[in-house]
Amino acid sequence: MIIGELKPLNEIAAKVQGYKRILVAGCGGCVTVCQTGGAAQAETLARLLALTLDEPKTTVEWISPTRQCEWEFIEPLREQVQNFDVVLSIACGVGVQAVAELLAGFPVLPGLNTTFMGMPVQPGQFEERCQACGDCILDLTAGICPVARCSKSLLNGPCGGSQNGKCEISPDTPCAWQLIYERLELMGKLENLEKLVLPRDWSRSRDGGPRRMVREDLSLDDEE
Amino acid sequence: MLQEGHFAVTAEIGPPRSCNTEFVRRKGSLVQGYADAFNVTDNQTAIARMSSIAAAAILQQEGLEPVVQMTCRDRNRIGLQSDILGAAALGLTNILCLTGDHQSFGNHPEAKNVFDLDSIQLIHTARMMRDEGRFICGDEIKVRPQLFIGCVANPFADPFPFRVVRLKKKIEAGAQFVQTQCVLEMDRFRRFMEMVCAEGLHEKTAILAGVMPIKSARMARYMQKNVAGMMVSDQLCERLEKAEDVPKEAINIVVEQINQIREIPGVRGIHIMAVAWEEMVPEIVRRAGLYPRP
Ligand code: SF4
Repeated sequence: MIIGELKPLNEIAAKVQGYKRILVAGCGGCVTVCQTGGAAQAETLARLLALTLDEPKTTVEWISPTRQCEWEFIEPLREQVQNFDVVLSIACGVGVQAVAELLAGFPVLPGLNTTFMGMPVQPGQFEERCQACGDCILDLTAGICPVARCSKSLLNGPCGGSQNGKCEISPDTPCAWQLIYERLELMGKLENLEKLVLPRDWSRSRDGGPRRMVREDLSLDDEE
Repeated sequence: MLQEGHFAVTAEIGPPRSCNTEFVRRKGSLVQGYADAFNVTDNQTAIARMSSIAAAAILQQEGLEPVVQMTCRDRNRIGLQSDILGAAALGLTNILCLTGDHQSFGNHPEAKNVFDLDSIQLIHTARMMRDEGRFICGDEIKVRPQLFIGCVANPFADPFPFRVVRLKKKIEAGAQFVQTQCVLEMDRFRRFMEMVCAEGLHEKTAILAGVMPIKSARMARYMQKNVAGMMVSDQLCERLEKAEDVPKEAINIVVEQINQIREIPGVRGIHIMAVAWEEMVPEIVRRAGLYPRP
């Protein structure tokens, strides 16, 4: 899932400064699961904003579509924004962009920082797991991703900064390659680490430019 | 030097945080003649400094033999290959390939990092450019860079058994010489070298053991506790803590370490990292009986 964190209230307040009628839009998808951008947070944020903004006659209301990243769920927004001057979306960046595209020209502001793709490893604690690099190698690394979880995205094993299981960047950060090492050892596959991994093709990652996927079988074919 | 079988000595020179050529020359003149080659660091600890190639070129004009350090943190494969060609074109053919410290250590923690290649892939790339006359993409290089390729090894990092595997990979990729992280815990280094020799790696590459004089007991304790990938023995810290003349004791310790290292099978030289204390290099080399250089 996509993890996001609400921006600080004062930052959000500064962004919406000057708008009289504000619609806060939550999202029922990923950010509901991490409890930062769902209906409950949209409602709370709407109330806090109403209290924070000292402009008289500012109205703040909220909605929360099932998901902001699909046209069918946000279509009703076209009508719903009629009485507003701005949408403050607390969906991930995909949701914000979908709404901004749907309402092209209407101000749509982000209230949340999209932080990473990950999971709740325990209640209240979320960790990054995938970077969508476009060329999965989890079979070689015992199901632990070095691209997303090693601070340098290294591919040939732990660097010289790995010590006591921690990454050189901080004693709070586990070294991903130590984890990989331990799991490979468990699987009797330590020899995976002996192979030279040659320079990889990053063009399938973000580095190749914005990516798209086309599935002919799901496309609407007008010509038939 | 290495080919002739002499016990090699290399030292380190850090470029300034400015474009002060005089600074580079002055540092060079402090150590000239006391080592066979001089590593020029590449934005060490992720602090922006004069480029290693530029500083190495200045040192070369002064008659020193530089080793250009190259990290993978700040350049992608286009930049790295371009700099290898540029360095070689200037006659700077000794290159040392490293991964590089994470930028969070330095003075630009907000920077984006690169790590398009890792150190092993950089070694492989340099070797391919030299031996096959090809870039990573396969394109031909008409005039090939004549490189002497080095790498680092850290016997003090974890997981310990992997450290020999990693060195093996670096040698397989093309590393002709190796400089280790500074040895401040001799037992661990001895065990590492036993494993290295058991694999026969010491015959495939020239291993230089890193040594570092430590200026104060506080610094020793700090490194012991806080520097990732370093091990400092208690005994060493205690000696500095008890010493009356700490700098003198620091040099005594290094000289003893060098003598111990020379007894360890498989070691072909030492690499002195006297960070911000370069002026001590001549005394260390003299007292270790390694002066004059052959
Ligand atoms: S210490 Fe581990 S996680 Fe951190 S950069 Fe090195 S290999 Fe990657």
